Amino acid sequence: MTPDRLRTALRDVPDPDWLDAALRRVADEPASIDRFFPAAGRRCGRGPLPDLPGWTADEAARALLLTALPRGHAEYAEALYRHGDAAEKRAVLRALPLLPIGAAGVPLLHDAIRTNDTRLVAAALGPYAGHLDPPSWRQAVLKCVFMDVPLAEVADLDDRADGELAAMLAGLAAERHAAGRRMPADATDLLDQLTAREA
Amino acid sequence: MRIFDPHIHMTSRTTDDYERMAAAGVRAVVEPAFWLGQPRTSPASFADYFDSLIGWEPFRAGQFGVRHHATIALNPKEANDPRCRPVLDLLPRYLDKDGVVAVGEIGYDSMTPEEDAAFAGQLALAVAYDLPALVHTPHRDKVKGVERTLAVVAESGIAPGRVVVDHLNEVTVKLVRDTGCWLGFSIYPDTKMSPPRMVELLRTYGTERMLVNSAADWGRSDPLLTRATGEAMLQAGFTEDDVDQVLWRNPVEFYGQSGRLDLSDLDAPAPTFQGNSILRGGS
Repeated sequence: MTPDRLRTALRDVPDPDWLDAALRRVADEPASIDRFFPAAGRRCGRGPLPDLPGWTADEAARALLLTALPRGHAEYAEALYRHGDAAEKRAVLRALPLLPIGAAGVPLLHDAIRTNDTRLVAAALGPYAGHLDPPSWRQAVLKCVFMDVPLAEVADLDDRADGELAAMLAGLAAERHAAGRRMPADATDLLDQLTAREA
Repeated sequence: MRIFDPHIHMTSRTTDDYERMAAAGVRAVVEPAFWLGQPRTSPASFADYFDSLIGWEPFRAGQFGVRHHATIALNPKEANDPRCRPVLDLLPRYLDKDGVVAVGEIGYDSMTPEEDAAFAGQLALAVAYDLPALVHTPHRDKVKGVERTLAVVAESGIAPGRVVVDHLNEVTVKLVRDTGCWLGFSIYPDTKMSPPRMVELLRTYGTERMLVNSAADWGRSDPLLTRATGEAMLQAGFTEDDVDQVLWRNPVEFYGQSGRLDLSDLDAPAPTFQGNSILRGGS
């Protein structure tokens, strides 16, 4: 994802002038993002963007506002996450890979993964989760299975899934089997693949 | 029967309540920030509470097909505690949020000077943030409390049509009816109002600007008394359209003044990732 793609996908929002003005203002005056960020859903809509599968208009607009911050002001992302409602938190999580912050956003991933909100857990497992240490990442993937978050939401799943994750999935499958309950199909597929790979 | 409960404290209710409410026709709720029984001692405790009203609770409601909005304020009771008053400084950031459709509950508990200041200050915030206001009226010394409430509202400059004066009854309804403010009634198992008494008030005063809520919380209360009131109205000869006005269109009109009420896709299938663990008892 790039800021240019976000911007192009947002060309048909209800109030494009608002967005343009907000982006200019945030570039000049970073603190102004505090009020633009919560208003983005009201100004740009909340529906899915046809040209950008998996993104909604409010999410993309908020991510774009974050990328408009001048260098050295990325700490606003953390404050906006901490003070955000669920949609704002999700937008920050999705914007993290676009920001010049290295691994500094990892504590936000840990916070999101601790929640019981499937939207936040899923957003924490996007491309930026490459910065998560392996034990945390495996626990988060297992939590997705537990919460019925589709594993298609997890970035780099095939490359990163390992024998340890397979053992954890097998344990969950055994518990589910004993209880007469099913595993989600995508988790069973993953377990089968990993088992075949290890064999 | 479609029902919008304009005042209910879902934080205190269980998932069983959400299921029963959805089955009874409750499709939208507004949860006003209030006190929690146990007094709080710091602004941080309020911040976590407010965050839950715009974060976890709407998510929880969504699992049951119920749309959840909130009102945010420092309540009159805790406005008396100097340790809590800095909460007023936190409010602006919450009043900008999509899910916040009014400033509330504000008003009086014991009518102290501290409550005067918090009430007037938060009415000014409602004007500044272009939001309606939900005004609680005191349980004790109620008539004097309502009179003083209306004087403060008039003085604040907020348009009366953007204010609901809540927890009214047979005695206090007369004071509010001609002010242009909206009238809120809380239907309770024992105290406040009952469905048959509410029907009598609707007969006497009509269905305009009337809001019926359950105000269900952590005390003895019942989230289905909105539905029971609708049924009592039908039995008393009111039409389906009257019931729809009182239990749906009136709250939509009142909170719709915020410009933030989002009732889109209420008939769509349940939100993303249905079957979430909270339906199964949590992770």
